[in-house]
Amino acid sequence: MTQTSSSTQMYSEIILDYYRHPRNFGTISKPDASSHEVNPLCGDEVTVQLKIKGGKVEKIKFNGKGCAISQASTSMLCEHIEGKKLEEVVKMSKEEALELLGINLSPMRLKCALLGFKAAKLAAFKYLGVNEK
Amino acid sequence: MAKNVNNNYNYKSDFPILNQKIRGKPLVYLDSASTSQKPANVIASEKEFYEHYNANIHRGVHYLSEKATQMYEDAREKTAKFVEAKSEEIVFVRGATEGINLIAATFGEQNVKSGDTILITEMEHHSNLVPWQQLAARKKAKLEFVEINTDGTLNLNDAAAKLEKQPAIFSFTHVSNVLGTINPVEKLTKMAKKRGVSVVLDAAQSAPHLPLNFATIGADFAAFSGHKMLSPTGIGAVYGKREHLENMPPYQTGGHMIKTVTKQTATWNDVPWKFEAGTSNIAGAVGLGAAIEYLEKIGMKKVERYNAELVSYCLEELQKLPFVTIYGPLENRCGVVSFNVGDMHSHDVSSILDEEGIAIRSGHHCCQPLMETLGVTATCRASFHIYNTMEDVDKLVNGLKKCKKVFKL
Ligand SMILES: Cc1ncc(COP(=O)(O)O)c(C=O)c1O
Repeated sequence: MTQTSSSTQMYSEIILDYYRHPRNFGTISKPDASSHEVNPLCGDEVTVQLKIKGGKVEKIKFNGKGCAISQASTSMLCEHIEGKKLEEVVKMSKEEALELLGINLSPMRLKCALLGFKAAKLAAFKYLGVNEK
Repeated sequence: MAKNVNNNYNYKSDFPILNQKIRGKPLVYLDSASTSQKPANVIASEKEFYEHYNANIHRGVHYLSEKATQMYEDAREKTAKFVEAKSEEIVFVRGATEGINLIAATFGEQNVKSGDTILITEMEHHSNLVPWQQLAARKKAKLEFVEINTDGTLNLNDAAAKLEKQPAIFSFTHVSNVLGTINPVEKLTKMAKKRGVSVVLDAAQSAPHLPLNFATIGADFAAFSGHKMLSPTGIGAVYGKREHLENMPPYQTGGHMIKTVTKQTATWNDVPWKFEAGTSNIAGAVGLGAAIEYLEKIGMKKVERYNAELVSYCLEELQKLPFVTIYGPLENRCGVVSFNVGDMHSHDVSSILDEEGIAIRSGHHCCQPLMETLGVTATCRASFHIYNTMEDVDKLVNGLKKCKKVFKL
């Protein structure tokens, strides 16, 4: 892969579109679970909120601020998760989340790409933890 | 295009690290405000110290210990001369952060009382904010901020009004690491002194570029880091007026900083050693001495002038790009140029520039409250030192044009 092709690949049409027009962006007024994640290295922040019904993610929203990679990946992830069973969400692997983005990233940028994933998974864990007690 | 590069200013070859390619492109290092690169003589000085003179200082009477002590104290002398202070007013520390913590934990602890105010500014680095915030919390004192104007300069009327209320301490940065603003130090210090307010100066971003004269500035304390001024990491200095240093309690206690110790009591060493507990970064101090020698050989006036030329050329060129927003004043500015590119996040800009071998900083630059004031979450920052050239600025501009293309701005 040449150097020039990589930023064009990293910032594909699709990723830019998700960055500028994020799907599932916003807040849920009374979420059943939520989690706020910060990348202390760069200050990127994301909050993921879930509405749960019958063990399924009925609704998922995120908000925050950060780079195109963190915002687009979180948006794609939310779309992917909506409608899924909580069991599936907590079992979801990093690789699955990264596959949604479909690009190669340096270790520093991987943190950006996984910020929303971390938040969504933690929110799901919190919900199960609270409700299984 | 680049103005003719003046050969008088061709210092790049003195810095071994710059002679390399990053991702196939010659390295363009524009992150000196975070840490500067080191000239060959500084690297050699540390190597020479370890190969020929390494021993612990002050205690030994053997040849190497005496030699190492002399080298360490020579470095202090050079540092003192560099800022027009006396040797006994210079305490070696790890850097500006440790320096400000030292001042807050000793002088601050002693002089700030419940109900007092500590005054800083809206443009402070976290290192000149959190130590005061925590001291204020311990003392039940209040932390106040001098506001900045929309052009990124300090609001001097607000400073005057807040100094009028006689805060216990006024601590401010000489040069902003985000806005590049050069604050009128002598004026601000005079205003404070007239009200009997103690002044602490964060000189982390000014020591690398400006001739400093702490005697005429008149601040009670100052702190700076060697690593931003061509020296190794892990060494910096606190300047303190002698009468303060004499009256302050020690910062840390233990070896080196004592005169006598009994089972139940201890007495302190003379200043400045009273504040240098434990074994210091001896090789680092030697390296700082070598960095100062290097800078003084060029001459700080020339360092200042060249930096001003680089910064104004960069500002000129960035102003030609309609998709770039610049932060901070367009004049009287030092070291750094902060900006944003369209609706891009600074990390994305930095990623794309990195592919071109260009290193800039992105993020909040340890100034989160300032970012809030500016109404942004992050900025890009290009910063310069003596080894940068006008061509580096041109490469940055080309890189930003590439950002525009990739993000379809
Ligand atoms: C204005 C200012 N103050 C303080 C510091 C802290 O310096 P150090 O990290 O070397 O202690 C910095 C470093 O970025 C700075 O820019």
